[in-house]
Amino acid sequence: MRKALLGLEGVLNRVFGSDLNPLYCLGALGFYSFWLVVVSGAYIYAFYKTGIDLSYPSVEFITHEQWYLGGIMRSLHRYASDALVLVMALHLLREFILGRYRGARWFAWITGVPLIWLIYAAGINGYWMVWDKLAQYSTIATVEWFDWLPIFGEPLSRSFVTHEALNDRFFSLISFAHVTVPLFILFLLWVHIMRISKPVVNPRKGLAIGMLLALLVLSFAVPVLSQGPADMAIEPTKLDIDWFYLYIYPLLDIWTAGQVWALMAGLSLMLVVLPWLPSRFKQIPVAEVHLDDCSGCRLCVADCPYEAVVMRPRSDGMHFLEEAVVVPDRCVSCGICAGACPSSNPFRGEVGYVSGIEMPSMMMSGLRAGMNRDLEKLSGDVRILLVGCDSAADVGKLRSASVATLSLPCTGMLPPSFVEYALHEHHVDGVMISGCREHDCYHRLGVLWSQQRMAAKREPRLRGRAERDRIKIFWAASTDFRELEPELESFRASLAENLKIMHNKEER
Amino acid sequence: MPKPLQYFAQGLFYLLFVAVIGFFSSSPAYTHLPPDETLIKLSFSHAGQHKGACRERTPEELAKLPQYQRKVTTICPRERSNVVVELEMDGKQIYHVILKPAGFSHSGVSNIYRRITVKAGTHTLKARLKDDEGDDFNYVREETVHLAAGRIMVIDFKAETGGFIFKNYAP
Repeated sequence: MRKALLGLEGVLNRVFGSDLNPLYCLGALGFYSFWLVVVSGAYIYAFYKTGIDLSYPSVEFITHEQWYLGGIMRSLHRYASDALVLVMALHLLREFILGRYRGARWFAWITGVPLIWLIYAAGINGYWMVWDKLAQYSTIATVEWFDWLPIFGEPLSRSFVTHEALNDRFFSLISFAHVTVPLFILFLLWVHIMRISKPVVNPRKGLAIGMLLALLVLSFAVPVLSQGPADMAIEPTKLDIDWFYLYIYPLLDIWTAGQVWALMAGLSLMLVVLPWLPSRFKQIPVAEVHLDDCSGCRLCVADCPYEAVVMRPRSDGMHFLEEAVVVPDRCVSCGICAGACPSSNPFRGEVGYVSGIEMPSMMMSGLRAGMNRDLEKLSGDVRILLVGCDSAADVGKLRSASVATLSLPCTGMLPPSFVEYALHEHHVDGVMISGCREHDCYHRLGVLWSQQRMAAKREPRLRGRAERDRIKIFWAASTDFRELEPELESFRASLAENLKIMHNKEER
Repeated sequence: MPKPLQYFAQGLFYLLFVAVIGFFSSSPAYTHLPPDETLIKLSFSHAGQHKGACRERTPEELAKLPQYQRKVTTICPRERSNVVVELEMDGKQIYHVILKPAGFSHSGVSNIYRRITVKAGTHTLKARLKDDEGDDFNYVREETVHLAAGRIMVIDFKAETGGFIFKNYAP
């Protein structure tokens, strides 16, 4: 599944470019769909009337008398709601396939579960407001389903047996719910992303315009229509149901209410416990702060993708104002903070080489020592250091006599000074940096931060004395190994060419 | 990928996106009730009779009560009988249920809401209800009704108006 997903993403990268790849911003597209639903809904709500005999005609008025705006808004409202369910399902599936729900990511994962319920509640509630045959079918099937729960004295369904039993207050209630449930959704969306640093809640402009235009074209081409007024004396027989929202009802015709409750509760429970189910996933120990080397510069706080590093007043009496503190529950052990720490600089002396923030299982001193060992062994005309990340293409497979490799939990763990160190202290001919695909870093921001640091656009910057023509960046997912290998060879060839030119110049 | 080809492929992607949404938003159609069937909804609330006989309070008992409680002179056992309901169509039993009274002390009403799908056509329907501890059904109603396809017939019950009410909305 992972292979298939990465393959599809690769295709979409070619079609859209990685910055506009819809699969890289499904969450943001979910937010965007939600806002489209809210805006279109607000318009049609202004014309909606609540009442047994008022609701259906008011929706018909919006649809037919004002087809050019109200009708389009109604269609957009429906199709954007469907798009919301579609992108939400894809978002969930993608995060599941890529394993982005374990460890500290559990919070975003489980807060997504009630969001699913609420989005369905709001969507189904919206269908009732039309009060056509589909609304009648959906309403009655829902109350019959709820009647299975042993919490109601008199069955709710009895209120929907005849036209006389139905009350105008029902329409006031569902109109109210159709406003309040989305407010809860909005609140939960905020909770959903509250442990994520710099969350992407808006898709890129190109994608947003594309999606809006596509939905508008659909709204014009296939406007949404009601299915005839509800009649409590007639049982709806054949219905054009919205399978994004209403698939549960045919299930209720086949299974008992209890079985459907068991299925829904079971699926929800399974999603909730998923982050803690046994798996091959093993989180390495979380980051640790070493106060003796922490100046409270806040770079680790700025770079942490999960807000797992916070600042607090200095506790050790040193003259700095603040110190960094790791929140263990939020840390995913990506090491990006260690890569951001200025004290990770490998040019420091042997004695007391500890970074202000470190990964206990991969201390900077150990990283430097390992790199020293590997680089000293390098031979050949063109010697290269290849850095990659554990979640992307396996750089270890490209290790050779002339290529030393270094795989990190995330490329963002690489302090730019290590690149300079390899070039100037070990005189390697080139450094190639790889990792997850652009805009799809397993640890969210490692790729972006690495790009910016190497381009000297973000602290800690790669200094100017590190020759840029001896550094190559090529992002490659685990399935892109076949592309990484030729890239390395082409880099080697360009370095060889440069060396040749330099030798010629020296000889002259 | 050349730009024109890229735009073309993007267009195809958007087309696929709206096609999926447009199609599953209302298709395939779902047949909830076959065209030759009709629906009977059995729906009512009824309190079974008290288990055991009610009796009048003696003057001594009334005298022991505060003044404001003396208006209620009859006292009954709290627990109520189960309500038994049966439905027959063309002489064949199609539904039977024993409804327990609501509440921890079984002192509340018995509720029922049931959908029963039957073939459309003219049928003889017989509804029976028993709400006491005896063996016989104390409310019975039998009627020949025409149940039109796709229509809903509601069977209600009100003891004060004589028992079962057949509300057939057939045209």
